[in-house]
Amino acid sequence: MAIYVDDSTKVVVQGITGRDGGFHSREMLAYGTKITAGVTPGRGGQLFDDKVPVYDTVAEAVAEQGVNTSVIFVPPFGAAGAIYEAADAGCKLIVCITEGVPTVDMVKVMPYLEERGVRLIGPNCPGLLAPGIAKLGILPASIVKEGPVGLVSRSGTLTYEVVYQLTAAGLGQTTCLGIGGDPVIGTNFLDAIEAFNADPKTEAFVMIGEIGGDAEEQAAEYIKAHVKKPVVSFIAGQTAPPGKRMGHAGAIVSGGTGTAAEKKKALEAAGIPVAERPMDIVPRLQEIWQR
Amino acid sequence: MNIHEYQAKEIFTGHGLPVPGGAVAATADEAVKLAEQHGLPVMVKCQVLTGGRGKAGGIKFCTTMDDVRTNAENILGMDIKGHVVRKVLITPAVDIESEYYLGMLIDRNTKRVLLMASAEGGVEIEQVAKDTPELIFKQAIDPRFGLLDHEAMGMGMRLCPGDIKKARQLAAALQKLYVAFIDADASLAEINPFIFTPEGKGHAIDAKVNLDDNAMFRHPGYEALRDLEAEDPSERTAREANLSFVKLEGNVGCLVNGAGLAMATMDLVKFYGGQPANFLDIGGSSNPEKVVNALTIILSDPEVKAILFNIFGGITRCDDVAQGIITATKSMDINVPIVVRLTGTNEEEGRAMLAETALHPAETMDEAVQKAIELAG
Repeated sequence: MAIYVDDSTKVVVQGITGRDGGFHSREMLAYGTKITAGVTPGRGGQLFDDKVPVYDTVAEAVAEQGVNTSVIFVPPFGAAGAIYEAADAGCKLIVCITEGVPTVDMVKVMPYLEERGVRLIGPNCPGLLAPGIAKLGILPASIVKEGPVGLVSRSGTLTYEVVYQLTAAGLGQTTCLGIGGDPVIGTNFLDAIEAFNADPKTEAFVMIGEIGGDAEEQAAEYIKAHVKKPVVSFIAGQTAPPGKRMGHAGAIVSGGTGTAAEKKKALEAAGIPVAERPMDIVPRLQEIWQR
Repeated sequence: MNIHEYQAKEIFTGHGLPVPGGAVAATADEAVKLAEQHGLPVMVKCQVLTGGRGKAGGIKFCTTMDDVRTNAENILGMDIKGHVVRKVLITPAVDIESEYYLGMLIDRNTKRVLLMASAEGGVEIEQVAKDTPELIFKQAIDPRFGLLDHEAMGMGMRLCPGDIKKARQLAAALQKLYVAFIDADASLAEINPFIFTPEGKGHAIDAKVNLDDNAMFRHPGYEALRDLEAEDPSERTAREANLSFVKLEGNVGCLVNGAGLAMATMDLVKFYGGQPANFLDIGGSSNPEKVVNALTIILSDPEVKAILFNIFGGITRCDDVAQGIITATKSMDINVPIVVRLTGTNEEEGRAMLAETALHPAETMDEAVQKAIELAG
């Protein structure tokens, strides 16, 4: 078991013939992800790596291959368009890896997805890796291991760092999920935590936040009220100066809110340990988790 | 990207918002000439990318041409919170009977544009939000329909109960502000204050707009709005090299792949008693040219006494990254010690390559950070 994916997940990659799309499709296929179609307008009828049929539209990929999930690697100017197309064609899970999508585009996309009951992960995210089940995105397969820990993060490489430490400590994962660093994202901390809480295979989980917004504070409230499983957190950006965008579009302290200190305080008040350093995350989890 | 008041007002004027006329001057002579064109009284307003301009003495009301000249001379060149004034806006002064705050921003929780408005205008809205949050009215706007008439009027009447003429003007201004926000790809748009004159005529007398950096590709004119003089030179070079960089005060230069890991690295430098010199996300690439660009920017700061590479090789292989760093550092004349932490795919190979160079390899983030602080002295 994992969150959001299972054995029925059949994937179309939008932008499969691009440099990044092609590279990561090979990685996903090598991990055993069921990519049964690719989409690149104008490349319909071709085969990707001699095995995956390429279509001009997602609708054709759905009709011919029965895909239900899309992973998007198209440039920022076409990313929102690709999301609408996948949703319209009937995909119920969309993972948008693309970085640099205009925020107004995402604001407009959201109600379209809600009306159709579609879950979006991202944009500007590494995607999801459910060890032993599927890899949707760019998380490196070499560092994961099957096991009982869930992980949700707004970051990419910081997530890998923590997964690496979990695996090194013998703690495998149910699902590693990168929700992305933009201000408007499809799946947020709260959604992921609800899903981890409901997933019987996930026995404990880790939440990696960063400066900007108040998603961590909301997650803290929810965890306090509803979650019995052990949770440990980490917040990046304690030393970030106010008003500066720290790489991620959403990682900014504005008007004195969204600081790491506020988030830490809210999490600790909800009884959630906040690790001081990335290397403390695993020991803090082991402290509170009586297996 | 933050833009100046006069640039924000140009966007507003283009969307039919009632903005008093005006133009910018870079000298006192130009300021006087503009005041003569517009007629007295005028406001002389410093154009800097920071708040609290009035408190700092950067905004003056002028009733004579001598006033205009003296104030323009004083304000031009003034340093306001580290921002040097290079332009002043000369704009007709209007009589103020009442002031309102009208603002829109991206709300992460509703995933919509959030309208915020208050009859407590003309003061810092953050302060109002903290002290008297009940005086700020909010409305999340459905992007499928925009700000509907009844929503806009409802807000207008809440702001100005019992005065339908003013409520209508506020409603119209809010609807135009929303269209401007969407069309401009803003991340923030504020009118603070929107005022009424004693005759009941509304004016947007101040304007603040932040533009979404991600949308620059569809607004070719935006690059010209960038105030290059107001930008830190190293941040400008980084932007031109497509590197995500923020300058800080410190002596440990940081090059990290990934924004989250880069922030965590800065935090760890501080945790061990050091001072990070910067935030820099070098991305997933092992391209030596990118490494050279990043090192050049970091080393342009004479305070930097040690360099710390923190690379987690997930998809990118550590031996590739090591090769990129070795090639880049060989091509440059670098006088500060460099610590390289490589973890992930092919880490042993990567570290073995570094061992044959003058670079200091490290296995973990903590070891690397402590070593870099020690070497920075």
